[in-house]
Amino acid sequence: MIPPAFDYVRPGTVEEAVRALADGGEEAKVLAGGQSLLPLMRLRMAFPGLLVDAGRVPGLRGTRLEGDTLVIGALTTHHDVLADALVRRHAGLLAAVTATVADPAVRHRGTLGGSLAHADPAADLPAAVLALEGELVAVGPRGRRTIPARAFFVDYLESALAPDELLVDVRLPSSEGWGFHYEKFQRVAQAYAIVGVAALVRRDGGRITEARVSLTNMGATPLRAAAAEEALSGAADAHSVTRAAGSAAVGTRPAGDTSASPEYRAHLARVLTGRAVLAAAGMG
Amino acid sequence: MTRISVKVDGTTYEDEVEPRLLLVHYLRDRLGLTGTPVGCDTSNCGTCTVDLDGVSVKSCSVLAVQTDGCAVTTVQGLAQGGELTALQRAFHERHALQCGYCTPGMLMAARDLLKENPRPTAGEVRHALEGNLCRCTGYQNIVRAVLAAASDEEVPA
Amino acid sequence: MTDGAVEAEVGRSRLRKEDARLLTGQTTWTDNIQAAGMLHLAILRSPMAHARLERVDVSRALERPGVVAAFGGSDLAEGMGSLPCAWPVTEDIVLPDHPPVAVDEVRHAGDPVAVVVARDRYAAADALEAVEVAYEPLPPVLDLEAALADDAPLVHAAKGTNRCYDWPMRAGEDFAAVRERADVTLKRRYHQQRLIPNAMEPRAVVVIPLAASGEYTVYSATQIPHILRVMLAVVTGVPEHKLRVVAPDVGGGFGSKLQVYGEEAIALAVARRLGRPVKWTESRSEGYLATHHGRGMIQDIEIAADRDGRLRGLKVDLLADMGAYLMLVTPGVPILGAFMYPAIYKMDSYEFNCTGVFTTRTPTDAYRGAGRPEATYAIERIMDELAAELGLDPVELRRRNWIRHEEFPYTSIAGLTYDSGNYEAATDKALALFGYDELRAEQRKRNERGDTVRLGIGVSTYTEMCGLAPSRVLRDLRYSAGGWEAASIRMLPTGKVEVVTGTSPHGQGHVTSWSQIAADVLGVPFEDVEVVHGDTRAAPQGMDTYGSRSLVVGGSAVHHAARKVVDKARKVAAHLLEASEQDLEFTGGVFSVKGSPEARKTIQEVAFETFTSHDLPDGTEPTINAEHLLDPENFSYPHGTHLCAVEVDTETGRTRIRSYVCVDDVGRVVNPMIVEGQVHGGLAQGIAQALYEEAVYDDDGNLLSGTMADYPVPSALDLPDFVTDRTETPAESNPLGVKGVGEAGTIASTPAVVGAIVDALRPLGVTDVTMPCTPERVWRAIHGEEGQA
Repeated sequence: MIPPAFDYVRPGTVEEAVRALADGGEEAKVLAGGQSLLPLMRLRMAFPGLLVDAGRVPGLRGTRLEGDTLVIGALTTHHDVLADALVRRHAGLLAAVTATVADPAVRHRGTLGGSLAHADPAADLPAAVLALEGELVAVGPRGRRTIPARAFFVDYLESALAPDELLVDVRLPSSEGWGFHYEKFQRVAQAYAIVGVAALVRRDGGRITEARVSLTNMGATPLRAAAAEEALSGAADAHSVTRAAGSAAVGTRPAGDTSASPEYRAHLARVLTGRAVLAAAGMG
Repeated sequence: MTRISVKVDGTTYEDEVEPRLLLVHYLRDRLGLTGTPVGCDTSNCGTCTVDLDGVSVKSCSVLAVQTDGCAVTTVQGLAQGGELTALQRAFHERHALQCGYCTPGMLMAARDLLKENPRPTAGEVRHALEGNLCRCTGYQNIVRAVLAAASDEEVPA
Repeated sequence: MTDGAVEAEVGRSRLRKEDARLLTGQTTWTDNIQAAGMLHLAILRSPMAHARLERVDVSRALERPGVVAAFGGSDLAEGMGSLPCAWPVTEDIVLPDHPPVAVDEVRHAGDPVAVVVARDRYAAADALEAVEVAYEPLPPVLDLEAALADDAPLVHAAKGTNRCYDWPMRAGEDFAAVRERADVTLKRRYHQQRLIPNAMEPRAVVVIPLAASGEYTVYSATQIPHILRVMLAVVTGVPEHKLRVVAPDVGGGFGSKLQVYGEEAIALAVARRLGRPVKWTESRSEGYLATHHGRGMIQDIEIAADRDGRLRGLKVDLLADMGAYLMLVTPGVPILGAFMYPAIYKMDSYEFNCTGVFTTRTPTDAYRGAGRPEATYAIERIMDELAAELGLDPVELRRRNWIRHEEFPYTSIAGLTYDSGNYEAATDKALALFGYDELRAEQRKRNERGDTVRLGIGVSTYTEMCGLAPSRVLRDLRYSAGGWEAASIRMLPTGKVEVVTGTSPHGQGHVTSWSQIAADVLGVPFEDVEVVHGDTRAAPQGMDTYGSRSLVVGGSAVHHAARKVVDKARKVAAHLLEASEQDLEFTGGVFSVKGSPEARKTIQEVAFETFTSHDLPDGTEPTINAEHLLDPENFSYPHGTHLCAVEVDTETGRTRIRSYVCVDDVGRVVNPMIVEGQVHGGLAQGIAQALYEEAVYDDDGNLLSGTMADYPVPSALDLPDFVTDRTETPAESNPLGVKGVGEAGTIASTPAVVGAIVDALRPLGVTDVTMPCTPERVWRAIHGEEGQA
């Protein structure tokens, strides 16, 4: 199908982009990689009056290390994230999750920031950034602000970004040394996750000292499985991990759709949390 | 309307386009490069895959205006001087196409894989093609063909 | 066979002539066609499953930039007939009117409501939003059993019922009596979910008029250019001789393009009114509503057997979802299946009934296998259940019941005469390739250990009927057309050969295979043969491509036509060589005089001599071209044994296919490479039905799996490698000994996969999982909620 008509600007700087967004008001939308937005527009499920193409704004791509924090430009493509040595060292979970996003052609265009700003709870990257306790840096007419990931995902397809704000950076505290794993469960390879579980684990002498577990598609936003995280602390064998994973669905509100019912999603969250944590902890 | 300049299969084109014009429609309807077909409206099928500045993309999910100043290679730009590429030959020799509708996209996706990973395993080939659907072949001969192209095996007719 | 001909080509894996263009993008898909002044159609479709149209107003759409015309249903109704159903299976079938654009009522989500015509596809899509429609909702009709209740809301109120037809068949002894005597009876209900065919090329149609002379060329992404021409003439009133229908490159069909679609009639009507070329191309999500679906049945099947496993009787009751209208062969699809439930088994009694039911959903029609996959699924699944009931190995149960190879020809209880087959050979070969005994041993071990990942083995020993069809049989089944196929061979002056076929390939490789067949008989090089198809002007006669008929009927016709050419050429050669015809030998394309091999003429030289006609025998027509129309004497009956091993993760319900082995007997094989490819693709679609695909509707009749993002077409990562092999038992009913292969993989594989899943979980008390066997359904089955979603 055919996307509806819109106006188009291609700003050359962040400031120009922000001004264009401000001028466009509610009608304006940022075009990053376009891999979520353009299919929605083709189905005429999104009708932005103005697209602000951030694709050529300099300084929004690539990675750098600031102290113990990995900074990834919002317009860095999934493909570039996957190939990046700093990401692999400091945010291995992000690389593991990114490898499961869509397919190679989509990963060449789709961007980390674009995916996060879309705030789809069925998408994989929000859960990764939540587990990594990242921060998102946005620039708007009122300046620059930093939003913690846990405050960024507000509701279904709704982020904390104001319509005139541009996401510029994703900041991830280095998780070097943590074990990580993403367990994604799909109907077919192309489908969204029925449930995904991102696990990040620190071990000391065979015992889990800290575990972070975040869930894809278990509610209107990506969620941390707080009860399971707490129960996992101190777990030293597969049996105790599996038992702790039994509380992974506590506090979640998964939807029902053609792929799965809420009960089954809750069941999967428990099973997959056990598997993800065991793999992350090297206890599998 | 926005003015763009795009190099497609070695020829530079300058055109005024509506911002919403999809790259695949620009190729097909404006340039007459109908070798790249459209198979879906959700970017699932991959039939429209082309090379954009050296990497595979789905041309149904790229706006023509986004390609201003870029170089695009389509399936029509692969064979030079009537000589099929090793990948095209392997698809022929391994019967990796039936109706042929997915073939342009499969070729472009496989070509992209072999650029990054010249000696893939069968599993890696299947991963690399997960965004390209085929309804005729069951994929087995496509995987065989990509592996054959990677090892440059000659297949007796 | 032609006397002394060298049979070099048939049986050889010739690389395809079709590929060069397809690999380089030099294609002729319908949507590629451009013409000066061409207009684009867009179609507004009902968002509701069932509603009365209170008002359709296109006036605001006409004001949109670039819009040339716009029509509601009543604007197009004049001179437009109902879309055709060519298979009224009973005398008293309910045949509702089917206007290409709805006039007063819409009956499924996607039913066309208005047509907009604009200068490009973008303007046409935009203008749809300006069409104003007022819908008065009517109750949807979705449940097949509830639809038959006396007080059910009606899809077609004027018809007074949702019951389209009842089609009964009884053979052999009375089933009730057989059941009474039987040691064991089993009754099961199986669901054939609706499937969306998903040919990779969406449908498209282009009509180019020559308005002054009233002539129209219709290009369509169709499997049936010849049938379409006849039907479009009937529906639109354009005289048949003024219509040319072309199927250019067609990107797959699987039955979905075996149809006469409203859009084809609409495009022709609009081109005729406006005198301008028009194009309509379906988007994928539009196609999910507008292109017919497949399957959609509830199957109640009952089997009666002796304690030793010997089958005594079979009873089948179907409820078949017609959808909202009867399209080209909608009612006939389950009837094709009626003959296949007894499959390869001997029994004393068979009872069948099918009730066609109207619902407010997209119409169903042929999808790869068309009736035979459904039948094969039900019989093979209940055979597994019977084996479990009797404590027999499922392969052993089949052995005790199948027709032995020395019993052919064998007339099945359903009345089909199976001409040849060897079920023992195919099964033995498959079991060996699969490592059946080793896998059974591993399965036992895992079960004993109580593994969370269980192993299951599925068996499918299928047969099917191809080569549609003897015309007299079609008459008896009340099908409106014949089952013949046409071929003609043109010997060109330079010795090159054109084979003109009435089949219409869209991926099957007819150009290559027909070249092989003709080259063998004529003794000319494979490269010297071209095949012309898919254009009613260039290939004027044909019955087109579906039902695995093309090689059996169309390929055989090519063989016969080529033999006629040789016979004609022999007369000319005898004259030129001053010998009697009896003294001529014909080998490798050369006529030579017995005993004096230097006296020779190639058939290609004879073609040139015939072209000049300077020295032909007296009274000889100056041509060696020939034509053959072949009406098949019987169906053909491919068969085979498919074995599937799955691993089922009992914690998540996820199924992984560990190995898949099939040994198919499709008779003599023209091109083994192409045959293997057909099997692979068939397997993929059959496995997709077992594990992945379903057209899901909500309670209001909205299609929830409405885009390719929601309908799980499997990718390369979702399918295994297949091990394929063959046995070759030639068909007796055609000169090539061929049986057809297009649908075999699909027909056989679905029960093998589901059977394997149930086999894996049987120790946990599972006896069925409803298709598609999604992880959730499998998980629920393990937890005692059998088949629930």
